[in-house]
Amino acid sequence: MSLLQIENASVFYEDFQALYDINITVEEGEIFACIGANGAGKSTMLKTVAGVLVPKVGRILFDGRPIDHMPPYKRVELGISSVPEGRRVFPSLTVHENLLIGAYRNRKGPWTTDAVYDLFPLLRPLKKRQASGLSGGEQQALAIGRALMANPRLILMDEVSLGLAPVVIKRIYEAFPTLLENGCTILVVEQDVQHVLTVATHVACFLEGRIALQGVPSELTNEQITAAYFGV
Amino acid sequence: MDWLNAIIQGILLGGLYSLFAVGLSLVFGTMRLTNLAHGDLTVLPAYIALIIVGSTPRFNPLYAIPMVMVIMFVFGYLLQRGVLNFVVNSGDIAGVIVTFGMSIVIMNGLQEAFTANSQGLDAGQIENMSITLSDQLAIGWLPLIIFILAVVVIAALQLYMSRTKMGRAFRAVSDDQEAARLMGINTKHIWAVAMGVALLIVTIGGVMMGIRTTFNPLLGADRLIFAFEAVIIGGMGSSWGTLLGGVVLGVAQLLGALVFGPAWQILAGHVVFVIILALRPRGFLAKTVTA
Repeated sequence: MSLLQIENASVFYEDFQALYDINITVEEGEIFACIGANGAGKSTMLKTVAGVLVPKVGRILFDGRPIDHMPPYKRVELGISSVPEGRRVFPSLTVHENLLIGAYRNRKGPWTTDAVYDLFPLLRPLKKRQASGLSGGEQQALAIGRALMANPRLILMDEVSLGLAPVVIKRIYEAFPTLLENGCTILVVEQDVQHVLTVATHVACFLEGRIALQGVPSELTNEQITAAYFGV
Repeated sequence: MDWLNAIIQGILLGGLYSLFAVGLSLVFGTMRLTNLAHGDLTVLPAYIALIIVGSTPRFNPLYAIPMVMVIMFVFGYLLQRGVLNFVVNSGDIAGVIVTFGMSIVIMNGLQEAFTANSQGLDAGQIENMSITLSDQLAIGWLPLIIFILAVVVIAALQLYMSRTKMGRAFRAVSDDQEAARLMGINTKHIWAVAMGVALLIVTIGGVMMGIRTTFNPLLGADRLIFAFEAVIIGGMGSSWGTLLGGVVLGVAQLLGALVFGPAWQILAGHVVFVIILALRPRGFLAKTVTA
């Protein structure tokens, strides 16, 4: 059984339709990358999986079970956690408190605060610092660590490389194998295609609310991807 | 000596104001809801205590306080889940209109049920006991107990917010409610608990005030304003600031009454508030963090 299935989903922001008839299947242990230009609908798709948006048409199945009308907190309980766009760490909380909030639902699993500090050692000395004082890269590491604290089966990452220095982006992508080893499937959304395609096992290219191209990255040519990305 | 007396009594009165104000600021902090019914919700518990005391002969209202606290917590929780959760994300105006309406409903409901006459809660001897410091200076036990309760409540609230899982969730929701939801926090539940805790705290002040003086259904508006003033003088988001704000307001009122005459008590408080608002708009101990 697939971990996540999105079946014929159409999603609206009031009258504006953002996604048209989307079909995606994510298997356990995959790094599934959604790429596409600004406004293509990638983030909308992630928000629909997280439960912030509800599809007007279509279904979302997690582990074979329909979840499309579950509130976000119940989905976290099932094992779907998020690294939201723009990091969204809690500014007035300390680094450590941010991590503890990630564990709010008490899901059992390999991730503890210590495990997160081992994954991102840069966070350890910042433990007691307010998150508002961290750099962008530190906040991104914290946002990922916070999501891991929920011990997810599926982690949703929205634009994790946005606004970060290449060396920091590299360090974040280097953490991906450790996530997989701990039983966490990754669904990542990116505008920056380069980095993500080196690690992804499956890619879906979004264009104007539809999926223009899907497949295994090694089997797709650069020309195909460019054409799907820009719609030319 | 009159001055010293006014200052001491003002500090003690300030403790009471801060008990009203802490709930207001807790609700505003966690859900950005300006609760205009807050003043009337401080009057309501005194009437609930009146019912409890009235139905049992010789029952001391002091012992009724824990019972009323539980009732008000449940009431606050249900009020939030049943009504106010629907306006939290509908912009400032919706919340103001709904709570303003609630304020009128509570006030008129109390008048209908209990008339507009002043009522009192009789706690017996403690009301008249005092510590004599000198010939002209005495501190009443009751105002002193109220002040100590205010300090204890604020300290407990601080500990609750900083040390417990629930308190952490309150602060996370206050920082960023959508991110909090994505982390598995049920914001509707958190808001309802916040309202419950706010009303539980308000109950202590409301019933104690009912014992100390008389009360009637029309007092809500004044108390709402005092609570607002205490919060703003002290600075948003800081509980100790709210205590300080209450104290500043209480001292200002009683000194005003001493210098200009009793009729000036309330106005003196407002004037000092306006001066502080003009000079220090963020209050004394504001603690607001932005991303």
